[in-house]
Amino acid sequence: MSVFIIRRLMQSILVVAIMSVLVFVGVYLVGDPVHSMVAPDAPQEELERVTKALGLDRPVYEQYWIFLGKALQGDLGNSFVMNDSALKLILQKMPATLELAFAALFLSVVLGIPLGVYAGLRHGSIPSKIIMSGSILGFSLPTFWVGLMMIMIFAVYLGWLPSTGRGETVEVLGIEVSFLTWDGIRHLMMPALNLALLKISLVIRLSRAGVRETIHMDYIKFARAKGLPYRRVIMLHLMKNIMIPVVTVIGLEFGGLIAFSVITETIFAWPGMGKLIIESILLLDRPMVVAYLMITVMMFVVINLAVDIIYSVLDPRVRLQDVKS
Amino acid sequence: MKPEAAAEAPGGGVIEPAAGPVKKAQTPFQRLVADFFESKVAVFGLAITTCVVFIAIFAPWISPTNPFDLAKVDIMDNLLAPGDQNLAGDFTYVLGTDGSGRDMLSAIFYGLRTSISVGVTSGVVALAIGMSIGLTAAYFGGIVDTVIMRVVDIQLSFPAILIALVLMAVLGPGIDKTILALIVAQWAYYARTIRGSALVERRKEYIEAATCLALSHKRIVFRHLLPNCLPPLIVVATVQTAHAISLEATLSFLGLGVPQTEPSLGMLIRNGFDYMHSLKYWITFFPGIALLVTIVGINLVGDQLRDILNPRLQK
Repeated sequence: MSVFIIRRLMQSILVVAIMSVLVFVGVYLVGDPVHSMVAPDAPQEELERVTKALGLDRPVYEQYWIFLGKALQGDLGNSFVMNDSALKLILQKMPATLELAFAALFLSVVLGIPLGVYAGLRHGSIPSKIIMSGSILGFSLPTFWVGLMMIMIFAVYLGWLPSTGRGETVEVLGIEVSFLTWDGIRHLMMPALNLALLKISLVIRLSRAGVRETIHMDYIKFARAKGLPYRRVIMLHLMKNIMIPVVTVIGLEFGGLIAFSVITETIFAWPGMGKLIIESILLLDRPMVVAYLMITVMMFVVINLAVDIIYSVLDPRVRLQDVKS
Repeated sequence: MKPEAAAEAPGGGVIEPAAGPVKKAQTPFQRLVADFFESKVAVFGLAITTCVVFIAIFAPWISPTNPFDLAKVDIMDNLLAPGDQNLAGDFTYVLGTDGSGRDMLSAIFYGLRTSISVGVTSGVVALAIGMSIGLTAAYFGGIVDTVIMRVVDIQLSFPAILIALVLMAVLGPGIDKTILALIVAQWAYYARTIRGSALVERRKEYIEAATCLALSHKRIVFRHLLPNCLPPLIVVATVQTAHAISLEATLSFLGLGVPQTEPSLGMLIRNGFDYMHSLKYWITFFPGIALLVTIVGINLVGDQLRDILNPRLQK
């Protein structure tokens, strides 16, 4: 077991190291940030001064070593535009993104599982067909356009929900959250639903497939034959058995929610890391882009590592196979 | 491969059934076409896709106006609602005009042209690259396979949108750069798909026979292995093309994709975003509908292809 974990850990570190080189070298190729910072008619000395101040006069590999050394101490450079620690700026925005992602995750479970189970149980009925067509639409519709249409209908025409920002926030354990005030919930509703659409469709499909497979199992028939009420058989015997794949996929998809929040946050002006990164990319703010990417890579690697380890605990075959190869 | 093909194959000793008139045997291709047309939904999807591709190819000839010819665009006609006439009263804007007075219908036709060409080009190149790499991994196996599949696994653990986003941040906007970013974001899907089916096919007798005939690696891979791995690849290619079009629209919407001068559907939607709050819905709505119709059309075709090419579902 520990051999397996150590191997996976080494792999993860390797991935992070490779990514740091790729990200740094890649971002290094972005247009010259000096020109975006000084006036176009600035004298040559001014240009040189700024170049030196930013450390851009040194060779790339030297810049990388400095970057790596500092990164290991938790310093990912200062934002060119906001002149503050890039890591700090991003971490400040992280709670907003995580709140959005968790809200979306919550919605996909609360809406996806009941709809999927219903579609599986009443296979072929009209509501079930509507649910399944809806989930196909959820897969096909471009997320960002659905977001725009939601704004148009609920914010512009009906005026029910606000379309920008987080609304009133409450501080819990030093973190600002929106979901504890009515105003905050109203702000959270549309972005969370928009972000959740794809996952809702996915969960519907997974739970429907699970129900269709499980419902014909002997233990379900036996539970019914024993005279247990239908409701109890569904809620207990069936649900327990379809939850395994659903929970696994939801765990894996959490990283995807963070990535997709870039789009949702831009549309709904949700002040999270995604909106910040798009603004930084458009302003050619290199340290911010590098810092965001490193944080995201770390998050993905940690999620994947955690899922791998949990998997190997649940299913020893994975572990054995890995050691053999 | 297929029983029909075997019956057709020349070779002595195949005795024709004596009873009844001999029906002309269907080729596998004819059978697939017949299967495909069994579903009305799929035919509908195919019809949509054909229309969209037709519009994309012939946009310069069928558009009512040229939205990029500055001499023809009149700023006085800006922000007209669908169905409004121009200032001179001799032209009706069926879908209205945008902020600079461009006819939305024409802009959508041209936008489709950009979106489809970016989606298809990146799809085809990613297919070629992914196919070669996946086949190499499956055919040679061992360390080559391990290394390639590790890279594929790592890439697939990140969502495609994130990879495309990073590349666009690095490369800057531009059509060629968007295509490049989409290729990098997609190749791994193709590589994994073809490796999966190639691993199964590789163990079959006909590959063994080809090896015994001392055919070159190149010939075995491309003439024997590849054609038998194609069905799942075709399905993935259809779905991935729709995905690429959607990705490109997303990137352009974020301002990281195609440049303003050659707006794709995503860029048109982005331009309309600013006018949405003043109830000018048509600048965002109609390009979005065009995008939606395109993606749904391709996906319907892909769904049916998946069903008819899946050997497990075959009658």
